Amino acid sequence: MTKYRINKTRFVDQTKTVSFTFDGKEYHGFEGDTLASALLSNGIHLVGRSFKYHRPRGIMSCGSEEPNAICQINDNTDLTEPNVRVTEIELYEGLKASSQNCWPSLNFDIGGINNLISPFIPAGFYYKTFMWPKSFWKKIYEPLIRLSAGLGKSPTQPDPDIYDHKHEHCDVLVIGGGISGIISAKIAAKNNLKTILIEDKNILGGSTIYQNNKHFIIDNQKSNEWLMNEISELEKLDNLIIKTRTSLAAFHSYNYLLAKENISDHLPLVKKNDGIRQRLWKIRADKVIVAAGAIERPLIFNNNDRPGIILANSVKKYLDFYGVSSGLNNIIFTNNDSAYETAVSLFEKGISVKIIDIRKKSSSNIVKNAEDLGIKIYWNSTVVNTFGYKKIKSIEIMNLSEDGSNVTGNKHKIQCDCLSISGGWTPMVHMHTQSGGKLDFREIDQVFVPSEKSENHINVGSCNGDFELEEIVKNTNNKVKKFLNINESGFDKISVLCSKELEKKNIWLLPNTISEGKTKSFIDFQNDSTAKDIKLALREGFKSIEHVKRYTTTGMATDQGKLSNMHALGIIADTAGVKMGTLGTTTFRPPFTPLTFGAIVGRSVGKFFDVVRKTSIHEWHVQNNAKFENVGQWKRPWYYPINNENLHEAVQRESKTARDSAGILDASTLGKIDIQGSDASEFLNRVYTNAWSNLGIGKCRYGLMLNEDGMVYDDGVTTRLGENNYLMTTTTGGAANVLSKLEDYLQTEWPELDVYLTSVTDHYSTASICGPNSKKILKKLFPNKDFSDEAFPHMSYQDAIIDKIECRIMRISFTGELSYEINIESKYAKSLWENCIKAGEEYKITPYGTETMHLLRAEKGFIIVGQDTDGTMTPIDLQMDWIVSKKKYDFIGKRSLYRSDTIREDRKQLVGLLTDDPNEILEEGAQIVSELDKKPVEMIGHVTSSYFSPNLNKSIALAVVKGGKKMKGQKLFVPMENKNINVTVSDFIFLDKENKRINA
Amino acid sequence: MFVINCPYCGERDQSEFSCGGEAHIVRPKQPTELSDDEWAEYLFMRKNIKGVQFERWNHAHGCRKWFNMVRDTSNDKIHAVYKMGEKPPVI
Ligand SMILES: [Zn+2]
Repeated sequence: MTKYRINKTRFVDQTKTVSFTFDGKEYHGFEGDTLASALLSNGIHLVGRSFKYHRPRGIMSCGSEEPNAICQINDNTDLTEPNVRVTEIELYEGLKASSQNCWPSLNFDIGGINNLISPFIPAGFYYKTFMWPKSFWKKIYEPLIRLSAGLGKSPTQPDPDIYDHKHEHCDVLVIGGGISGIISAKIAAKNNLKTILIEDKNILGGSTIYQNNKHFIIDNQKSNEWLMNEISELEKLDNLIIKTRTSLAAFHSYNYLLAKENISDHLPLVKKNDGIRQRLWKIRADKVIVAAGAIERPLIFNNNDRPGIILANSVKKYLDFYGVSSGLNNIIFTNNDSAYETAVSLFEKGISVKIIDIRKKSSSNIVKNAEDLGIKIYWNSTVVNTFGYKKIKSIEIMNLSEDGSNVTGNKHKIQCDCLSISGGWTPMVHMHTQSGGKLDFREIDQVFVPSEKSENHINVGSCNGDFELEEIVKNTNNKVKKFLNINESGFDKISVLCSKELEKKNIWLLPNTISEGKTKSFIDFQNDSTAKDIKLALREGFKSIEHVKRYTTTGMATDQGKLSNMHALGIIADTAGVKMGTLGTTTFRPPFTPLTFGAIVGRSVGKFFDVVRKTSIHEWHVQNNAKFENVGQWKRPWYYPINNENLHEAVQRESKTARDSAGILDASTLGKIDIQGSDASEFLNRVYTNAWSNLGIGKCRYGLMLNEDGMVYDDGVTTRLGENNYLMTTTTGGAANVLSKLEDYLQTEWPELDVYLTSVTDHYSTASICGPNSKKILKKLFPNKDFSDEAFPHMSYQDAIIDKIECRIMRISFTGELSYEINIESKYAKSLWENCIKAGEEYKITPYGTETMHLLRAEKGFIIVGQDTDGTMTPIDLQMDWIVSKKKYDFIGKRSLYRSDTIREDRKQLVGLLTDDPNEILEEGAQIVSELDKKPVEMIGHVTSSYFSPNLNKSIALAVVKGGKKMKGQKLFVPMENKNINVTVSDFIFLDKENKRINA
Repeated sequence: MFVINCPYCGERDQSEFSCGGEAHIVRPKQPTELSDDEWAEYLFMRKNIKGVQFERWNHAHGCRKWFNMVRDTSNDKIHAVYKMGEKPPVI
């Protein structure tokens, strides 16, 4: 045993040694230790450097509130994780931990220079200093900040661990396995309610489990022994699930909660490999009982951040739970009674301890106990300074003035190797407020307590502001019974004896002889903000707590200010001379403690990250070397390179072949909506801009759909299959939204219409064959069909049969070429496609992808919704007036087409652009200007589609330009990083203006 | 994350639903008769109440039906759900 492991406890198995390394050096602890208790047992306090001043920092607490002692674990492996609190890591064989934020080493840190120049780094320093000159930012400030900022290192390898999500429902969820949580869970479970109890530690019992003071007695037993029995009874209950190592992350409305369970974090490295690391529980509970406990407050005085300064109750936990004494020459500095329990416990183990109390006296049992033992107590005193660079060596104390606002008398120096501090307790109201609950301020001990209005959750124990054992036990019992409508419980006749605190005193910022500007009284230890910073912020005019918080960064570190928020508020209230309760608090946001990304995403990684939709022809595309493009969730063939063609080369070849002979496109991804009902025609009249009632059966028509604001929303061809039956096609990306929008109108605005919509996108697949030879290919596929223009004109459809399978042939054109689409049930689509390819072989038919499709459409000036439009283009802007019916009384968006804004002549309008150099291809998205010399440069539009057309042998582009309709022939410029490209506004139909090719 | 009582399916998780904004805004029967201001009133103007608000919701990943819901935006308490076309309850 090391000299600091002075006690045997039932929680740490001292027969089982565990070895680990810290900063490369090997140490030993025992099974049951945390990394923190193991380090302390080896006499190690210094574990890191602070964020801004790089001051040496040590372990300060024993739980999730730890601001200082965070480390990188398993550095240089794919399991590495930064910013892990050493107080929360259970020790395991092979654990490698290293300190963060120090370079070149923990003991010699070059950033410590910041500590020496700290008078020049006040709050808001970064905001104020690095604002200007602008040119300094990129070359000087940013690299400098990046070098010295940041906490741990991110992993560079993919996370090898498996994470899991699980949904759970219960009648009662109890958060926290301390004494009040255990009482609550037992009452609930014994009354046949399905109950879940979650506890973030590996063992139930909270702080009572190591409370063995004779002044805390329940039913004639020491409170820890009583609780031990309760826990063993609890574990026998059937309808209770106990989840240890499980911490609540978020408490959302309607009692929906997220909790993270650590499954393998505590296991030795060799056993971690194949299992699930962490599981995120998604719990919907009928009732929630929050028993989250309280966090001990530090005290704010000069140099209160040295290694060896630890919260008093944490010192007690290290001693009585882990058997480790944080120091051998202890001083306790307190404003309340609870720290006396630590003092008594230390004294009983023969360890030297003295007490400094800011109060003038205290007449409770526990204080009397300490006095009777002969522990030296300095009443009405405060610490004014501390000494020792890497670990505390001594302190200076002074007497407080009558009202506590100042110090009097002489300084008195006392040696120590550990200073325990206690500023009272802060109820953990985070869960309560996350769920939407409000807080009340309790003046007597300066705490925010839950103001309970919800019928579905309550707070019990110290998170509810009950700090004394008797009130914890009795109030919890009464409250839970009432909450769950229970008349009797096993705790009704319980007897509880405890020490009661009668004198209370709180000073948020302890006074000193030296001026504030020269002290370092830390409030937020992790972000290094001091009382001085907060006062500076107030002097500079910040008033709201939310603003002060952001300006000083108080409470914004990875610990989210668990230890600092109350003091920041208190000091603001004192300085501004207002009552603390009136300031409100900052918002407590989830997660309560940081969550791993792994736990958040669960199994949705890699190929499970998102749904992938493939057409039934996908395999053929893969076998034929297609490169794919994501369109929504669809994988669409992008282009089909032959040999070593790049994108440009493949697209040039595909486009040329499609216009010269034949091309085939997998158009299965286009949305397809089956529309039926006696009002189907009327419905289409209302949703499209053009007229539909006069469309004959067997005919097809292109339609444009607007939003109610008049902007183009979607387009596609709709075919009349029967008297009351249409098949609508939509864009690939718009399919789901169009269906939703149509359903919305049908259900809410026009319920009187007899119309039924069914998505059939997945049911039918589509092969689209275009080019002058397409008719010949179709004839080969359907030898019995008459494909003459008279028998089968453009914009019509016919049923057909291929290989005994029914299909539909639509003569419609995507590209401006003679073109046919064959629709077939998806399960036959691949075979149909292969037939098409075979039939087209003699014409050198080319499969083409989305890139060639875009190029072919651009040549014809056919817009692509979502590429040439962006939700701000009306059909008039697109020069598509021809499709807007003048006769129809109404359709979606009609009225908006003559709003004052939509009739403006200087709106951005679709135009063609030709580069003066026909080989120069514009970049899509490039800005367009008319006057190069004008300052600031006025951008009048941008390029939406741009290609080199192999069929025209020149570069073409579509663009939207302010007032572009009237600019034909005008010279404009497209400024790029290193040159200005000269362009001329042209017609946006570049090829076959007369539409001859459709009937070629 | 609320639990919403779909009038057609019963209680379901909020993630199955999507919100369609303020309820009881009727599309004008004769839009062409309206002035720009009147049309803009219909098209753009929506209330954003802190408190009881009447909203349209769609059971998007369920029955796909639209319905109305009365929700207090300050605490997300749902006071009522009712079908399209039904009279709004007095809250
Ligand atoms: Zn439903």
